[in-house]
Amino acid sequence: MAEQHLPERQSPLEPEYHPGSHGNFEHGVDVILSEMRPGTILQLAAWPGEEKQLIEIIGEVTGLALPDGAGGGVSSGARAAFGFAPGKFTVVDEAEGLAQAFAGAITPAVGTLTDLSHGRTAIRIAGPKAEWVMAKFFAIDFALPAFPLGAGRSTNHHDVFAQIQRTGADQFDIYVFRSFARSFWKALCHASEEVGYEVQ
Amino acid sequence: MLITCPYCGPRDVIEFTYQGDGNRQRPQPASQNLDAWNAYVYDRLNPAGDHNEIWQHSGGCRAHLRVVRNTITHEILSTEFARGGHKTESRS
Ligand SMILES: [Zn+2]
Repeated sequence: MAEQHLPERQSPLEPEYHPGSHGNFEHGVDVILSEMRPGTILQLAAWPGEEKQLIEIIGEVTGLALPDGAGGGVSSGARAAFGFAPGKFTVVDEAEGLAQAFAGAITPAVGTLTDLSHGRTAIRIAGPKAEWVMAKFFAIDFALPAFPLGAGRSTNHHDVFAQIQRTGADQFDIYVFRSFARSFWKALCHASEEVGYEVQ
Repeated sequence: MLITCPYCGPRDVIEFTYQGDGNRQRPQPASQNLDAWNAYVYDRLNPAGDHNEIWQHSGGCRAHLRVVRNTITHEILSTEFARGGHKTESRS
């Protein structure tokens, strides 16, 4: 196998990324913030009528059983996938190189593949007050029955477009534009101060 | 004002962009019928009541929607995908 020379990625959050406990944490840390830094973030889009075919291909390539239906999603260990718009899906892998695996599988008749690995920043918020902090940012229902495990949502915070996947009962993964990520991160840290937060 | 996106469910109007009167009939691009083009560009029903409109869920799934809105009460009477191609199960 040919050796790959991939550019080393710098985090856009770095100047504002301060591991440790912050804010009002004397009574405990209620939210944990971290940058996930997955190797692969892909956007897959099906032509009208090819949605089920694309869902099948995602299953074959990733091993993820992606449920059909609006905002349906799944996450398991290193990989995650969710619908974020009609016929459109975000697929994430801890490892780099998933785009190549899809390249042969998604034919021009089925749809398109866009590699956003360097274009999005993935931020994870977890903990008993994760829903509380998220609800201050986004005007959507974060309660478990309305936003089930694995599901994805497209929304925005002050015009910063965000894709959100629930990857735990009290855990959300947020994908934002890399260029807005640092500002979003700073806002998220400020919003977490009142509950006490830890950056990992 | 809430608009129920067929994909995303009910969302605040701030996530949507108004794309104009949904009653317009765009002439064929090659059409030389000036009356038809004039009607497309300028003629509006401007009703006090139910109105067909095109909106885009620009701050969400980005789908274009066909919406019926009451211009007096702002009640949203119906929403559907402007293009019926994607058969996605609604969450609402
Ligand atoms: Zn939508």
